[in-house]
Amino acid sequence: MTTPASEAPVSPRSEYEFGFHDDVEALVKLPKGLSREVVNTISDIKEEPEWMRKLRLKALDHFNARPMPEWGGDLSDIDFNDIHYYVRATDRDESAWEDVPDYIKDTYDKLGIPEAEKQGLLAGVGAQYDSEVVYHNIREDLEEKGVLFLGTDQALREYPDLVKEYFTTVIPPNDNKFAALNTAVWSGGSFIYVPPGVHVDIPLQAYFRINSEDMGQFERTLIIADEGSQIHYVEGCTAPIYSSDSLHSAVVEIICKAGSNVRYTTIQNWSNNVYNLVTKRATAYRDAVMTWVDGNLGSKLTMKYPAVYLMEPGAHGEVLSIASAGQGQQLDAGAKIVHAAPNTTSVITSKSLSMDGGRSSYRGLLKVYDGADGCRSNVRCDALMLDEHSRSDTYPVMEIDEKKVDIGHEATVSKVGDEQLFYLMARGLSEEEATKMIVNGFVEPIIKSLPLEYAVEMNRLIELQMEGSIG
Amino acid sequence: MTATPPLFEIDDLRVSVADKQIVNGLTLSLRPGEVHAIMGPNGSGKSTLANSLMGHPRYTVTGGDVRLQGESVAEMAPDERARAGLFLAFQYPTDIPGVSMINFLRRAMSARRGEEIPVREFRQVLNDVLGRLQMDEQFVRRYVNDGFSGGEKKRAEILQLGLLQPLVAVMDETDSGLDIDALRIVSEGINTFHSDDNAILLITHYQRILRYVQPDHVHVLIGGRIVESGDASLAEVLERDGYEPFMERTSEGVLTS
Ligand SMILES: Nc1ncnc2c1ncn2[C@@H]1O[C@H](COP(=O)(O)OP(=O)(O)OP(=O)(O)O)[C@@H](O)[C@H]1O
Ligand SMILES: [Mg+2]
Repeated sequence: MTTPASEAPVSPRSEYEFGFHDDVEALVKLPKGLSREVVNTISDIKEEPEWMRKLRLKALDHFNARPMPEWGGDLSDIDFNDIHYYVRATDRDESAWEDVPDYIKDTYDKLGIPEAEKQGLLAGVGAQYDSEVVYHNIREDLEEKGVLFLGTDQALREYPDLVKEYFTTVIPPNDNKFAALNTAVWSGGSFIYVPPGVHVDIPLQAYFRINSEDMGQFERTLIIADEGSQIHYVEGCTAPIYSSDSLHSAVVEIICKAGSNVRYTTIQNWSNNVYNLVTKRATAYRDAVMTWVDGNLGSKLTMKYPAVYLMEPGAHGEVLSIASAGQGQQLDAGAKIVHAAPNTTSVITSKSLSMDGGRSSYRGLLKVYDGADGCRSNVRCDALMLDEHSRSDTYPVMEIDEKKVDIGHEATVSKVGDEQLFYLMARGLSEEEATKMIVNGFVEPIIKSLPLEYAVEMNRLIELQMEGSIG
Repeated sequence: MTATPPLFEIDDLRVSVADKQIVNGLTLSLRPGEVHAIMGPNGSGKSTLANSLMGHPRYTVTGGDVRLQGESVAEMAPDERARAGLFLAFQYPTDIPGVSMINFLRRAMSARRGEEIPVREFRQVLNDVLGRLQMDEQFVRRYVNDGFSGGEKKRAEILQLGLLQPLVAVMDETDSGLDIDALRIVSEGINTFHSDDNAILLITHYQRILRYVQPDHVHVLIGGRIVESGDASLAEVLERDGYEPFMERTSEGVLTS
């Protein structure tokens, strides 16, 4: 539907608002390229235990041995020799905001981050700038209850046994090429341990920021929710716009012990020159509940399929995801749920948006093992295109090896409907306002599961992206 | 009799859809305070007329003009027509999942006014109209037309009519699918809205709604053109004899064109 020329709102092309960067010389910046020497140097800088160095080197071999994935998106432009694998801006991980260097503080100020903490909306905050965590803080009362929330490097120094016990137990080093890469060169990320029965009632939050050009960010996050505990972790990601591409390849491992409840929310808004290739997986034991809430807006290419392995009866896994692809972007996102035990349940809800020539896909795997009877799962993936030259696909795969299960599945791909637009415009809404309303309605089932501040932010980001594509 | 200038004029309108000519030179003039009923068999072009009056992009106007308060709306997009005071009650209202009625209604009212309506005032007006239509307040928490029963959809259209206060309301079979009580309530809703300042074009198959909403004029639409006009008694003739007697009048080649 078109509005007459005289009425067409002239909207400026949306600008990526976090596209600024700080002009600072990094304290440590390893030369570009990946080698045993680079891996050894990273391990040296971090003064790691020997087992970690060995693990890194083994992972590097896996990485080198594995071919590039041929599915998902086009990875052929990634030049692994043209990336800095380690960039450190400061030499400390501060727990007092005042002690964080000013230029880094400025960046986070511009992103509006300390505000939420000041307002007491968060139980704890972590911030990673390039390769290293620059700030971590947790509310005192939680610390007293034994909740650990710190950078993974710091955790390795202070709680080596705990890290060793769980590290790579959910995602082995050879799981996939990018998990192997992360294991070889990982730096930063959050480490969280919640003791049995402890409920962390408001979110812990981490911010990931790539500042340097041509760098790779490889954070490693490990969350252990002990029996009957409860935790909500939220991460946000941004990067400046450079002419060349950056790589973000994180690994997130979560262990949900019996009766625990973990929610992991991501609002990813990388600039459009970032390859975002992330492996996220959780194991859920008896009666545990694991929920991934995944909002993906930015990046050049995202390939991300948060997974839940339901290991014992009564476990419940849930993935709620939104992907919104604009000009020059491909978002290949989805979910993976594995029912490895009887009487486990899962829900996947995915919404993909594409506009302005962007491409978004839902790629999902639902697997039920033989013997996992009494499982219930419901998969719903919807794709919405805002215009003719954008593309949305859904690739839902089901491998069901057990008969006594109850699986529901629904997938739709649609264009913003002429009838819906006409209906709203017939009530006086402009085409732009009507389109926004339809899109907001489309993503609403996911948005309403976000904490209020993030729901508002997510809606705002989607609208910002749309402003560049409607007119 | 009276020299009031027409509020809404349809002037030799011709409309095609999917390359088929459906409306074939239709002329109609509504004065302020008037109710006109259009009756016609299935497929005669009633909804085509209604949709094209509102500016639906799928319907191509191939001739004639439509004027609201003397101004042509031909070049106006649907939203401009709505803001100018034209309203269409849809025969098949579209559902918009995820968008709450209350949010939608507030945006629509603000658009019609040309400025943001204050929350308090909106609440008040909304509750008034909801009460009049005997609709539960919880109703507006639901998503626009999503999962509404046929009757609920029609009621929601009347709710919008009451809130938006258009100058000219085109009602496309608002009475279809309503039970007896709902028909009465909806009719009362239309009557409450109706005043000396606005006009209604009521498209219907049945005489029963015309017992509640009294038409000043009744027109018979066959083959995309008005073949007979009269007063309210024409509806009774139609009810008794059907369209058969009027069919011949289209033998000028209009239907088959
Ligand atoms: N989008 C379309 N594509 C093709 N043909 C159409 C379209 N819309 C309407 N028509 C045709 O135009 C003719 C008139 O349809 P219209 O819906 O206006 O009839 P109507 O008088 O409203 O009928 P009813 O009483 O059943 O509601 C019909 O032959 C119909 O098939
Ligand atoms: Mg019709």
